[in-house]
Amino acid sequence: MSHHIASVLAHHQHRPQQLLQILIDIQQHDTCITPQAQAEVAQGLNKSLAEVQGVVSFYSLLNPTPREYDIRFSHNIIDLMQGKAALMENLLERLQVTLGTVRSDGRVFIDNTSCIGMSDQAPAALVNGYTVTRLTPSRIAQMASLIENQVPLSDWPAEWFQVALNIQRKDLLLDTPFAPGQALRHLLQEGIDSGLDALQGCAIRGCGGAGFPLDRKWRLCQETPAKAHYVVCNADEGEPGTFKDRVLLQAYPDLVFEGMTLCAKIIGAQQGFVYLRGEYRYMLDSLQQCLQRRRDLGLLGDHILGDEDFSFDIDIHLGAGAYVCGAEVALIESLQGHRGVPRKRPPPFPVTQGYLGQPTVVNNVETFALSAQALNVGQQRFTDLGTAASRGTKLLSISGDCARPGVYEFPYGVSVREVMDACEADDVQFLQNAGPAGLCLRPDEFERGLCCEDVNTTGSLMVFNASRPLFDVTHNFAEFFVHESCGFCTPCRVGTRLLQQMLEKISQGHATQQDIDKMLQLSQLMKSSSHCGLGMTASNHITDSLEKFPALYQSQLHDTDITHPSFDLENATSEARALSQP
Amino acid sequence: MNNTLCIDSQDISFESGQSIMQAACAAGVFIPHLCFHPDISPHGSCRLCMVQVDGRLLPACTTPAMAGQKIENNTDSLNAQRRLVTQMLFVEGDHICPGCEKTGNCQLQAVAYFLGLLEPGLPQMYPTRNIDASHADVLLDFNRCILCELCVRASREMDGKNVFAIGGRGQHAHIVINATSGRLKDSALSIEDRAVDVCPVGALMKKHQAYQKPIGQRFYDQNPIDQKGDANSHQRGEKT
Ligand SMILES: Cc1cc2nc3c(=O)[nH]c(=O)nc-3n(C[C@H](O)[C@H](O)[C@H](O)COP(=O)(O)O)c2cc1C
Ligand code: SF4
Ligand code: SF4
Repeated sequence: MSHHIASVLAHHQHRPQQLLQILIDIQQHDTCITPQAQAEVAQGLNKSLAEVQGVVSFYSLLNPTPREYDIRFSHNIIDLMQGKAALMENLLERLQVTLGTVRSDGRVFIDNTSCIGMSDQAPAALVNGYTVTRLTPSRIAQMASLIENQVPLSDWPAEWFQVALNIQRKDLLLDTPFAPGQALRHLLQEGIDSGLDALQGCAIRGCGGAGFPLDRKWRLCQETPAKAHYVVCNADEGEPGTFKDRVLLQAYPDLVFEGMTLCAKIIGAQQGFVYLRGEYRYMLDSLQQCLQRRRDLGLLGDHILGDEDFSFDIDIHLGAGAYVCGAEVALIESLQGHRGVPRKRPPPFPVTQGYLGQPTVVNNVETFALSAQALNVGQQRFTDLGTAASRGTKLLSISGDCARPGVYEFPYGVSVREVMDACEADDVQFLQNAGPAGLCLRPDEFERGLCCEDVNTTGSLMVFNASRPLFDVTHNFAEFFVHESCGFCTPCRVGTRLLQQMLEKISQGHATQQDIDKMLQLSQLMKSSSHCGLGMTASNHITDSLEKFPALYQSQLHDTDITHPSFDLENATSEARALSQP
Repeated sequence: MNNTLCIDSQDISFESGQSIMQAACAAGVFIPHLCFHPDISPHGSCRLCMVQVDGRLLPACTTPAMAGQKIENNTDSLNAQRRLVTQMLFVEGDHICPGCEKTGNCQLQAVAYFLGLLEPGLPQMYPTRNIDASHADVLLDFNRCILCELCVRASREMDGKNVFAIGGRGQHAHIVINATSGRLKDSALSIEDRAVDVCPVGALMKKHQAYQKPIGQRFYDQNPIDQKGDANSHQRGEKT
């Protein structure tokens, strides 16, 4: 066994649930996980080789073949709108690389990857796992020569790797001063019960999509007897166009870790995890440093703030390119070192049976940050903001056709119009709310409010002006779901592909009304019969855009007569006819 | 306690711990399925067995039977959805029924007949996948695999061998064989394994048995699947 692999295995104490972390460590060192390495890991963890191969091939950022430079262009529609396609072509051309294959000399690999969370500074890419933002033709030219001259990444221009915060509006969460330990001291003084009551009074809702009340989740977990309880922070942030968790982790990590520690005290957990998407590796070191600072301050580790009954620490687990791992059941599979397939459909929910079968609180990054700030500012100030059912504020990730993309903190209930004015968007055709799985908003809906009573949001708003073809957007979303379906269940695995093909047919002008009807049937089936939330929402953008922009679809159709077949004989036989012409 | 539930206005009794599917099978009520097998832990991936349970659409194989449930199963709208799921499986792989040696014994084909499926209805995907014919007694044609994972589960749970796993993601998901070469001949698979019997389609098959039973006398040739049940759980070892 190679010395390096042996030491990685030892570092992870040969624990089987560390499989994914072990593979990531090996790849970071060797640029890949060779078949030989996979066999050694399988042996070292007493797992079957097939299982290890199954894990390596599930995560799109893991690869079995060596390379010196691994470049993945973020393929969100926002990157495309900022010129991503031409930039990638340019680099492929300069380096003589075929997309998705390692160059014959084994040195360079270039591919697409799903949105890497940089839509406010697109186009962006990952180079050997590290984020490069604001790509331009001159950066691409320079990059090509750095690569051909074998300049190590550490000697590349440092400013390429800078990730701007782009915080455009602050409110209660981002603007209230916070000293590490402040909320924890408050909780330890007042006691767990009154802490929980205070959180209940603030009526914090989960920010990851479902909007589940935080105090209820924590209480449920606390009340479930078990040999261990766990706290998990969901920092997978895989929804295209979303980047507010990135900003929180980069600029406010203490708030997030403090929220996790509060939760640990309340539910009685000793171990916490941050599941950090692999695309955010660039901030791993600074997060580790923050954790260490907190240990030094007595805010993590044994006997936190002198409390004999309170020991808790946090590990950071990396993901490796899989949107589905943001879904909490898949996230827990992934934390345990498995393929990110949401095998067990709840109930039971992770809150009673999660990590290693024990009760586990999974909350979004922003939710944890809110919990710490809520105890800090108190119920009165917190609930003064927002609406009756959505208290406090929400972070919005705004990108696309606007002058000021970035993160905006607004009280819940703010109108879409106010948000569009703030980011200086004009000539808006539509917005996509809550990512490809969400719904679009036309200008005639801009008086609506962002809150759970009206327009529910994860905080992602992508802006499209009148010059953007709708089908470019829907096709990009359809590609995203094809790439991210885990493949477990039939409706999603096959349906995502069929929908993508049909959209392509429509945008090429070859489709008929029958294709539209078939798309609607497939969409309906995927919504009702998919195994998890990914498949259930993967056709939203299609049914929604069909409903809101029917004329656009109709004008693309080759034939709108419902009695005509979707098969175009003329077109299908044209090649053969051309060949048979004398 | 009264352990009775109702499927399409027929009352059936069940034992605690049974799923809706197990209860239905025991009572002789047919709920179409492909990834379920009575001796293997349930999976819930093919989505053919979706039933309406008190108004909610749920997979019968992973939903516990509970007293008083009102379940819709053999309805037009559910069967229309099942036809679409079955069509998806057909177009995703290469299912050349008339030329396939499994014809007449295949559960995918039998379910399609039961549902009245007469045409693919969706564009074919024409996958290019491999065949593993390296093993002396067993053949694996990946082109016909429907990813039900019955072989994966049977090898793990019944044979204690873990010969199979799933690799890849989404459209690239596929069976992985546990061997350094990745080939069946170098795996621990033997023709005695239950894993070899459970494949519902013509993907994992015994060699040297093709056409021993002529077409016309095969498992589903005389009677449909709702009467005959599953070929893969019927009289193990019988030459089909
Ligand atoms: C396909 C899919 C992807 C998801 N991705 C994320 C994610 O990246 N981050 C997140 O916090 N929640 C995500 N969720 C929601 C989580 O399942 C879960 O509801 C959430 O983490 C709970 O935290 P909250 O109560 O604080 O919102 C996703 C759900 C689905 C179905
Ligand atoms: S819905 Fe999609 S992502 Fe979810 S289990 Fe099914 S195939 Fe996997
Ligand atoms: S080989 Fe057969 S049993 Fe195994 S997953 Fe494929 S279809 Fe199912």
